[in-house]
Amino acid sequence: MVKYAIRRILISIPILLTVVTLIFFLVRTMPGGPAMAVLGDYASKEAVEALEKEMGLDIPMWQQYLVFLKSLSRGDLGKSLITGMPIAPQVARVLPYTLELTISSALFGVVFGIPLGVFTALRRNRMFDYMGRTFSLAGISLPSFFLGILMMLVFSVKLDLFPVVGGGDIGDLADSLHHLFLPGLTLGLMMTAYITRTTRSSVLNVLREDYVRTARAKGLRERIVIYGHTLRNALLPVVSFVGVYTIVLIGSSVLVEIVFSRPGLGKMMVGAVEQRDYMTLQSVMVIYASLVVIINLLTDLSYGLIDPRIRYD
Amino acid sequence: MNERRKLWRTFKNNKTAVVGTVMALAVLFTAVFAFLISPYDPLEQDVFHRLTPPERSHPLGTDEYGRDVLARIIWGTQISLMVGFFSVLLGMIMGTAMGVVAGYSGHGTDTLIMRMVDVLLSFPTLITAIMIAAILGSGLVKLIITIGIVFAPRFARLAYGPTLAVKEMEYVSSAKVIGASSFRIITRHILPNIFGEIMVAGTLWMGTAIMTEASLSFLGLGVSPPTPTWGNMIRSGIDALTNAPWLSLFPGLSILITVLAFNMIGDGLRDIADPKLRA
Repeated sequence: MVKYAIRRILISIPILLTVVTLIFFLVRTMPGGPAMAVLGDYASKEAVEALEKEMGLDIPMWQQYLVFLKSLSRGDLGKSLITGMPIAPQVARVLPYTLELTISSALFGVVFGIPLGVFTALRRNRMFDYMGRTFSLAGISLPSFFLGILMMLVFSVKLDLFPVVGGGDIGDLADSLHHLFLPGLTLGLMMTAYITRTTRSSVLNVLREDYVRTARAKGLRERIVIYGHTLRNALLPVVSFVGVYTIVLIGSSVLVEIVFSRPGLGKMMVGAVEQRDYMTLQSVMVIYASLVVIINLLTDLSYGLIDPRIRYD
Repeated sequence: MNERRKLWRTFKNNKTAVVGTVMALAVLFTAVFAFLISPYDPLEQDVFHRLTPPERSHPLGTDEYGRDVLARIIWGTQISLMVGFFSVLLGMIMGTAMGVVAGYSGHGTDTLIMRMVDVLLSFPTLITAIMIAAILGSGLVKLIITIGIVFAPRFARLAYGPTLAVKEMEYVSSAKVIGASSFRIITRHILPNIFGEIMVAGTLWMGTAIMTEASLSFLGLGVSPPTPTWGNMIRSGIDALTNAPWLSLFPGLSILITVLAFNMIGDGLRDIADPKLRA
């Protein structure tokens, strides 16, 4: 397992480097270019060239790339094209908001989704199963921003229980939980729906396996058949789906942050696209990519941990 | 009874799939015959009837320019369906090919392709979509390509795992021993085994693709106004949430109904495609 883990962690480094490289060059293919974005489409050629020199964009692309990598390794994300402020402190300020939203809703989904999936599978085609299936179908069919709007309409506008906008003071636990509740519930319900479905179908698949029938046939108690034979095998694909859905969740957090006007990476990114602030966009993308590489790594490691076939491959 | 009739019967008995199909057909009908059933021109402004709540002449109300919400929803259906279908098809073809080839060939190819998939997957759907949309610019075809690219790695990941597992099965080893070619093994033994899962994911993700389109429009990065799409209708409705909730409520419900229809078909297909259930 240690060997597998080390190999997998080492593989993550070139992946991250590839992603970062891809982002660097993609950002530079955007129409207009950063200097034009700052000065507007009708700026004179001289003004654009002067600004490009000031921004360090007059040197060849590969040199810019090396400069970018060097500052990135120092944790320096450059300066915003619009405000001229360094980006790293800004990211450090909003990242906790995105993290608390994503982690809390992913946990919510795992805690409620897995048991719900197992129970609906074990009570297949009974009342509980129909209710669980209806819930999860509705949950995966609702766009997160629409669910967020509905939550806001009911809990903030009509009932006035929770704040409509903002992220709260991250140092004040009660205040940030109060602000986290609706956005967290929105994404958490979505995650629960996804995990319930995956778990249910996975458990049903395993329940039909020959070894489960054999276990029952040789008179094992139902508890042992379920916990020992079924769940261990059924939860294997669920682990990889939790990883995939957490990535989906990170994407959805962009929308939820916009709906609830919550500070976070998503709001920062959409703002950067609207203002054509290429440096900020690039930095936010690098942070997102790092988050996702970490999630993929953790998923693969836990996959290897519970399935010996993977790590000896 | 032949195989096709048996399948049809299984399908007919699957309530989820039937209801989903009926709903999807209704949505398709709306899209195709929008010019017939739409009560108004979706772009026609009426300054005397701005922000009218739902009433007899405007069943779903009017927006801030006095345009009929129902007409705009009906025309918006076309965009959603087109983007959903073509982007998933594009993603499915590219992704399944990548996943099966990686899983079957193993060794170096395996690592190369799947690491590339990892890299592509590193970008969550919406975030890649935002990035690509910013580069390509807006427009229907570009939107389809954007969402197609975004979906391909998911299909690859999905096809890869089962391919690895099926490859180790005894019947595949036996086929190899008796000299079956790689092409034959892939098409005869591996693809049929993963076909069900890919198709289910395909229908399931068609809903997701429609949702991605709506999300991009909601962020102002999809098909630009005044062309009505469900996403940009919600976007313009959110500011008037307290006094004109119908502006975002009804387009949101349209997305829900459409995505739900595809998810129900996907659920039904999973049962039908699974030979263990059919036996």
